[in-house]
Amino acid sequence: MTVTVKFFASLREQTGCDRVDITIEQSCSVKAIWKMSTSLTLDPHILVAINHAYRDQESDVCDGDEVAFFPPVTGG
Amino acid sequence: MIISLRTKSFNPWNEIQNAQTSMDFAGAFGATAVFVGTMRDFNEGDQVTEMDLEYYPGMTEKELQRLCFEVTQDSPVLEVLVVHRVGKIYPGDDIVLVCVWSAHRAAAFDSCRSIMEILKHRAPFWKKERLIDRHRWVEKNTSG
Repeated sequence: MTVTVKFFASLREQTGCDRVDITIEQSCSVKAIWKMSTSLTLDPHILVAINHAYRDQESDVCDGDEVAFFPPVTGG
Repeated sequence: MIISLRTKSFNPWNEIQNAQTSMDFAGAFGATAVFVGTMRDFNEGDQVTEMDLEYYPGMTEKELQRLCFEVTQDSPVLEVLVVHRVGKIYPGDDIVLVCVWSAHRAAAFDSCRSIMEILKHRAPFWKKERLIDRHRWVEKNTSG
């Protein structure tokens, strides 16, 4: 099963990566996906989206999902 | 509901006029509330010379649609227009336009303010400022 992981803004710079495809054997948590994607610590303030919708860090991730990690937003 | 992201500068007053011209409810609205956010050349005591506004293609547009729907679903709003810049922005450039039309002023005022406040906390945009001697990410919104 493949999951696409994306990092935005300062997280992209910190991880040195904007996108990575990772393989998982079964559905797992957002926190597990983070650990498979980067050696950085998952700060509780980091926001998570799955398939373009906000989710929390405890959410489950399934095959084919796009998981995005990003810092608090600052638009407008 | 009209949502638009722009990579080039835009004129908010032309956007409002164009949207209003294309509407099919002329005569139905008696109130138009507008908010325009413009880039300053200072932030947190530093001079800012330019800004790069990053977004999440696909999600940002959907989130703008979602939050506008949430704000207006139980309100007698006739139409909403949101235009937001992305990419390189310079002091004096307009960043965001929120315009709401309704029959009476309360719905237009309230919805315009709510859309703007929720946008700042939910829409996936991130600002990176260029200062005189360095770059920095904007980490929090101003209080209002």
